[in-house]
Amino acid sequence: MTATLTPVLSATWGSDKSWSLDTYTEAGGYAPLKKALGMAPGDLIQAVKDSGLRGRGGAGFPTGMKWGFLPPDDGGPRYLVVNADESEPGTCKDIPTMMSAPHQLIEGVAITSFAIGCNHAFIYLRGEVVHVYRRLLQAVREAYEAGHLGKNIHGSGFDLDVTVHAGAGAYICGEETALLDSLEGRRGQPRLKPPFPAVAGLYARPTVVNNVESVASVPAIVDKGVEWFTAMGTERSKGMGLFSLSGHVTRPGQYEAPLGITLRELLELAGGIREGHELKFWTPGGSSTPIFTQEHLDTPLDYESVGAAGSMLGTRALQLFDETTCVVRAVTRWTEFYKHESCGKCTPCREGTYWLTQILKRIEGGRGTQADIQQLLDTCDSIAGRSFCALGDGATSSIISSVTLFREEYEAHVEQGGCPFDHAASALFDYSDTPATEEAHA
Amino acid sequence: MTYDETTLVSLTEDAAAIIARYPVKRSALLPMLHLVQSVDGFVSPDGIQFCAEQLELTAAEVSAVATFYTQYKRRPNGEYQVGVCTNTLCAVMGGDRIWDELSEHVGVGHDETTEDGKITLERLECNAACDYAPVMMVNWEFFDNQTPESAKQVVDDLRAGKDVAPSRGPAKVCSFTQVSRVLAGFEDGRADEDQGAGTATLAGLEAAKGQGWTEGAK
Repeated sequence: MTATLTPVLSATWGSDKSWSLDTYTEAGGYAPLKKALGMAPGDLIQAVKDSGLRGRGGAGFPTGMKWGFLPPDDGGPRYLVVNADESEPGTCKDIPTMMSAPHQLIEGVAITSFAIGCNHAFIYLRGEVVHVYRRLLQAVREAYEAGHLGKNIHGSGFDLDVTVHAGAGAYICGEETALLDSLEGRRGQPRLKPPFPAVAGLYARPTVVNNVESVASVPAIVDKGVEWFTAMGTERSKGMGLFSLSGHVTRPGQYEAPLGITLRELLELAGGIREGHELKFWTPGGSSTPIFTQEHLDTPLDYESVGAAGSMLGTRALQLFDETTCVVRAVTRWTEFYKHESCGKCTPCREGTYWLTQILKRIEGGRGTQADIQQLLDTCDSIAGRSFCALGDGATSSIISSVTLFREEYEAHVEQGGCPFDHAASALFDYSDTPATEEAHA
Repeated sequence: MTYDETTLVSLTEDAAAIIARYPVKRSALLPMLHLVQSVDGFVSPDGIQFCAEQLELTAAEVSAVATFYTQYKRRPNGEYQVGVCTNTLCAVMGGDRIWDELSEHVGVGHDETTEDGKITLERLECNAACDYAPVMMVNWEFFDNQTPESAKQVVDDLRAGKDVAPSRGPAKVCSFTQVSRVLAGFEDGRADEDQGAGTATLAGLEAAKGQGWTEGAK
């Protein structure tokens, strides 16, 4: 039986001018804010704790607990910072959310800020999505004009300013402390934790950093209640989430479903792997999560089950690759990405990703040796767990898992002195696999 | 600094508006670097000096930040920044081939600009549109489901001075300097322009409708 989809965040994306305040209000938007303003902040935090909502940005930390970690009010400012720096390869859920329904996020920001006692919230958006920025800037202005933001919101006595801030191109700024440094006008480099942002975050003040989807889920929880939310999902992974299918799939896109749905079920809804092909490997949660194969088609996509199967739910970025895809090529490219995006602060990550790239390119190019494969694993050992943040760890995930699952493919590159795959067969358009230059001169 | 009086006055006004958004002045640095690019087309030495003076930082401190982020250009940039995603998913779906053909067609490589100053090419990292792979970005607008032919056509049209609409986004791609001003946080009145939400964005909704789900149902 096909699992049921549960469009909540995505429910209005197909509406006329779905991004406008009018459309959002017509669909019941900002009623949850008014309801929340009538509640005690502590009760709001408790409700989100009870809902079991866990961070949708990858780590899966309970959102309500994160809010609860803020120290008692000392009269000074405390901040909410929304992490909208969506950049993990494969991840493409927050961008359509903000492009199609920015008010969902802004209402979530208002409710969250009220709950944690924040009077100035920030949305840190990656800079490479200018139309999303336009929509957010307009939505914030509309929300001020309608009295959903600003002074004495709806007569509650609660004041809130929201600043939407555009980054400037750096994957690392998705790491919460690097994001805070960047928002402070510095190079985006991770901080040593502790202290955690809850204690010393933005401007060294108590700060909650939450992902877009987490915050955008809050209005629905306030509106429809904890029981409605907990009825979806599995025992410890509650609620719905956006599953982003990409790659060799018939109908790629955003599928909002209860946590715990399986890839087999999602593929049924998405028309299966592209015609005439079969699934070879996939990421459950972006390029930083160990890869899966067909063996894992029935693994429930919740935090616990994916973890037990040796990977991570991450951002539910399901990148699907069929049998035409060279796993060494895929992993090499991901590794080049981590090398490019390593901020350089910690030596194991900065140097390690450099050497991993050298070795992988050698193997992919047919110049590697069998010893290089072991060298890859040894180098991964020297990186994982040895830096301030998880970027280096993420870099090793696809390498270790692919060598474990597809070692023979690495060996084939070494033995054959090159890549055994026809890259043209993987592309979604037809071309012959001759270098562009040769063809141009033919 | 060599800014003329008028430019300096308007830059200073804009800087004040940006600084007012933050409780601590230095937070204005990233948007101000975008602002400087909107005037000079790149982060110029003048621009660095301007940011430093406005924010009471040294030029070295501003430079250190500017060199960290890939969107800040240290040389005059093309009118259109054209990025082909060559991260794994897009690369495998055909991004590598698009890059090869486009680069050959335009005659410049990564981070290089055509002689007419129109196009700066870039091998792009993941731009969060994987469900539309292979993806190309022009001045940070989405060009979805590209082929070598479609990518070359876009670039040819841009070089010929034609208006080009992205797959999702505004009615036309604006220039690098215009877009940089938006990234500094100034609205340009194009937020309501739309090319549709996109098939992949709505794929789950369509599938849900197939299951008998109706909008707003609980």
